Amino acid sequence: MEPAEKIIQHAGGVIGVSWLMIALPLLGAAILLLGGRRTDRWGHLLGVAMSLASFVVAVLAFVELIGLPEAQRRRGVELFQFIPGMVDMGVLIDPLSISFALLITGVGSLIHIYSIGYMSHDPARRRFFAYLNLFVAAMLLLVLADNYVGLYVGWEGVGLASYLLIGFWQQKPSAATAAQKAFIVNRVGDFGLAIGIFVIWTTFGSVAYGPVFGAAGGADQGVLTVIGLLLLLGACGKSAQVPLQSWLLDAMEGPTPVSALIHAATMVTAGVYLVVRSGAIFELAPTAQLVVTIVGVVTLLAGAIIGTAKDDIKKGLAGSTMSQIGYMMLAAGLGPAGYAFAIAHLITHGFFKANLFLGAGSIMHAMNDEVDMRKYGGLRKFLPVTFATFFIGYLAIIGFPLLSGYFTKDGIIETAMHHSAILGWLAVVGAGITGFYMSRMVFMTFFGEKRWADDAHPHESPAVMTWPLIILSVGSIFLGGYLILGNTFMQFLAPAVGRPAELPVFHFFSVPGLATLALVAVGAAFAWMKYGRAQVPVVAPRGSFLTTFARRDLYGDAINESLFMRPGQWATRFAVFFDNRGIDGLVNGLAAMIGGTSGRLRRIQTGFARSYALSILFGAAVVAGALLLVGNL
Amino acid sequence: MNGIQPPTIEYGQLMPLLLVFGAAIVGVLIEAFAPRYLRKAIHVPLTMLTLLGAFGLVIVQVLRDGVPTAAVAMGAIAVDGPSLFIWGVILVLSVVSVLLINDDDNFVASAAAVPGSPDEEEAIARGGAHTEVYPLALFAIGGMMLFAASNDLLIMFVGLEVMSLPLYLLCGLARRRRLLSQESSVKYFLLGAFSSAFFLYGMAMIYGYAGTVDLGGINDALGRVGGQDTLLYLGTALLGVGLFFKIGAAPFQAWKPDVYQGAPTPITALMASGTLVAAFGAVLRVFWVALGNLDWDWRPVMWGIAILTMIVGAILAITQTDIKRMLAYSSIAHAGFLLTGVIATGEATQNANSLSALLFYLLAYGITTVGAFAVVTMVRDAGGEAGHLSRWAGLGKRSPALAGIFAFFLLAFAGIPLTSGFFGKYAVFAAAVAGGALPLVVVGVVSSAIAAFFYVRVIVLMFFSEPAADGPTIAVPSAGTAAVVALAAAATVVLGVYPQPVFDLADAAASSLFVR
Repeated sequence: MEPAEKIIQHAGGVIGVSWLMIALPLLGAAILLLGGRRTDRWGHLLGVAMSLASFVVAVLAFVELIGLPEAQRRRGVELFQFIPGMVDMGVLIDPLSISFALLITGVGSLIHIYSIGYMSHDPARRRFFAYLNLFVAAMLLLVLADNYVGLYVGWEGVGLASYLLIGFWQQKPSAATAAQKAFIVNRVGDFGLAIGIFVIWTTFGSVAYGPVFGAAGGADQGVLTVIGLLLLLGACGKSAQVPLQSWLLDAMEGPTPVSALIHAATMVTAGVYLVVRSGAIFELAPTAQLVVTIVGVVTLLAGAIIGTAKDDIKKGLAGSTMSQIGYMMLAAGLGPAGYAFAIAHLITHGFFKANLFLGAGSIMHAMNDEVDMRKYGGLRKFLPVTFATFFIGYLAIIGFPLLSGYFTKDGIIETAMHHSAILGWLAVVGAGITGFYMSRMVFMTFFGEKRWADDAHPHESPAVMTWPLIILSVGSIFLGGYLILGNTFMQFLAPAVGRPAELPVFHFFSVPGLATLALVAVGAAFAWMKYGRAQVPVVAPRGSFLTTFARRDLYGDAINESLFMRPGQWATRFAVFFDNRGIDGLVNGLAAMIGGTSGRLRRIQTGFARSYALSILFGAAVVAGALLLVGNL
Repeated sequence: MNGIQPPTIEYGQLMPLLLVFGAAIVGVLIEAFAPRYLRKAIHVPLTMLTLLGAFGLVIVQVLRDGVPTAAVAMGAIAVDGPSLFIWGVILVLSVVSVLLINDDDNFVASAAAVPGSPDEEEAIARGGAHTEVYPLALFAIGGMMLFAASNDLLIMFVGLEVMSLPLYLLCGLARRRRLLSQESSVKYFLLGAFSSAFFLYGMAMIYGYAGTVDLGGINDALGRVGGQDTLLYLGTALLGVGLFFKIGAAPFQAWKPDVYQGAPTPITALMASGTLVAAFGAVLRVFWVALGNLDWDWRPVMWGIAILTMIVGAILAITQTDIKRMLAYSSIAHAGFLLTGVIATGEATQNANSLSALLFYLLAYGITTVGAFAVVTMVRDAGGEAGHLSRWAGLGKRSPALAGIFAFFLLAFAGIPLTSGFFGKYAVFAAAVAGGALPLVVVGVVSSAIAAFFYVRVIVLMFFSEPAADGPTIAVPSAGTAAVVALAAAATVVLGVYPQPVFDLADAAASSLFVR
């Protein structure tokens, strides 16, 4: 195994000003939020421009980076003292961070453009773009910071943007609740991350990646395991991994471009970034790594199972997102052999999932915001571009040979199989279920007869919405093969995350690969029988125990409710009771006493000069008496 | 030839005092000789220039000679560090108060006319107001300066009377609610005369004990004279009563709410700030200079008075319904807080610390008080100032800026950090703790907490209540009033955020303590 390269301080060039990537969208958000209504007319254009400008900087920085010799491709740029004596804020441009930066700004810009059309009728479009820009800036800070505190600031920033955007239509109670739920569940994870960073600081005396990873070898393994598990807790919250998965499905209340950008392509992958970035710590803590893989596998199955039962197209896709991130998490837990696949799958997933979500948005746009797939059917003739691009995304995600998902997911399965047969086969099963639920979605939406609502008049979306779909579907086709074949991406990432002892070779015909294909085919065929050929009832049938299980998100909410919410409510009620009776009683009693005293005392203030004079005389007598008494003691 | 030697008078050092008194006399001449329509035009610049000039002279004196260490005018007046600082404070407070007095609407057109009589209507129709207020105010201000700087009891008594007599008159000159104003004037006069008598009687007894009225001489006599202790204690008590009356310490506080409420608000502002400062100067001189070696005897009594004053001020303020009465009780509570600093005597450094804290407190409290009363003059309805608290409901919605500033003043009174009141209280309480008066500070903090209630209640009333339909209007302030409010707010902020320069100044003034 070959470790990561040292970070070299960089000056000049595009990398020297790579902080612009963060600053530009942040400026955009500031202008749009502070400018208020005055910026309504051109606000969306400014938002798009800032995102595109950030993308251009990312591309130029990328070009400059690959112009350098491989061993020198980790460049640090010092910016300013963030917390004097503790945190020096800087940017780290290396293959890992630049990959993320390209994905965030590239897909982000496409989604910005798409949103011009999608949000065109929304009176608060400018605010929407402000939040999107804020998100892009925070997400870039998260991946570009060269220390954990910078990452944490970005981490909270994306959490804020996510909260604001899920609850964007705050007039809908469901959206407001979903936003709060996402925020609260993420609190749990963020708390873990914060404690993890505290432990890092106590252990290493630094929070910058360079010193921390350099010193990781000398640290106690128990401490490293604790750090790893705390970071994983943070990752679980942000990436909707079991047990902190429950918020993601509800997060679909946000506008669909948000679901595509934040809750599919970028933000939810932050957990994977954190684990891969902290690879130096995880590799020295096998227990933490094992837990990462277990979380990954459990989530990939849970997400897939949830996906099978959802009639809401966005929630189905959300379950799928959970599941796919589970794959990435699994790969991230496999060490240097898995990192490249985790990130490659993350990038291809960013493309095809954004593609699918934007496709879903296009369908909703056509169907008066209807999300229930049971009220779709036969849409392929009415939305040809959407259908074509959605279908490509579909083929990519189920791992149809030679498309993006095929290469990246297969890489994960093969590596997992190599690592542990159980993990590998569970991942294969997950792929089979993916084949079923994605096919079900396509058949229910585009095939069969019309089950539309009476006032539905589906029409293809405007060009500003279809072009991003087309670009994304091109990526969905080719990106995977480009990254994986010949280990291009693994070689590229090696300076940042290290390289396994032996490079994997991609086999087109391996046992796990063929088994995966076979299971996917079975899943797709089963879906065809149930949803393609057979009639789809407009009202969901009751279904078996298993269906209910999946529909209720594997009872995730019920578990949270009984384990946390109800005890929490009891604790709150007790606190309120104690506060009312105990503390308030004391305080109010005291206040009443003082008030009463005041009321009685003020009667002395009669208004008569004679009684005032009497009180002076009385006071003088007392003072004189007291002085005589004290003086003669 | 052993004839009468003329006294030596250090005119240079007494210049600020002489300037104020001289201008006051010129003011009287103006009243006598200038035509009515010209009087105000002459008085206002004369008064302002005098006060600013006196303030300038104080500064020049400090810059040129530093802090003097000897009494002047044959030992009758002490122009020392504390005197100069207190003079500066009194003059600053007077300048801002005179800016308020300058607002015609506060003073009666003809004080001699019976309220409600045809004479009064005629006077109102003629317009204008008594211009005698300017020389009267100047006399009062001169009296304050003399009161605080006197180095013997006779001069102190003269200062007390020169300060008080014009104030008795000024209290009765309110333009509206004249009966209330006249009542307050008479009450203040009667009770003030009563307390002056106590002061005078105490002075006589002290003279009987020490054979001198010189403060340093009294101190020298302590312990030297034997067998006359009863005379000394009685004298101390009676002298104290006269002074406690002026600062409004309980149980001698009863006049304060009535007089503060009835007096024209600019005069209330002058009394609540300037008189309090001067009276504390006199208290410090009597108890620290003349009776400094007796502190083991007077301290327990002062403890009782301080505790009673803080509690009475804080608790009675809670049930007040008139804003000026509430501020009067607040002023009583603050007098109690200040007394904790007076009690905190000990070594010379401890004394200097306490003194410095008191000087800072007096400045901070005085400025904020003038600002608060300036706001009170601006909230008006048909009957003049809207004094009743219920009329202030929802003021924050109607006039957020003014209500915000007033809320800020109230927070300063409560001693919230980032206001001048916080550092004032902190400094005095810290000095008191260092002086071993911890229980007193506990009472002080508890009464501050009680006091915070009624300050915050006004804020809640202003910002979280619906305004009444026929609520008071905010008078467009005259330039003077606006300047006062702005100046007081700025001072409250600056002293709350960056108090160090003023602390340094107070330290320097207090470093060599009082001359003896």
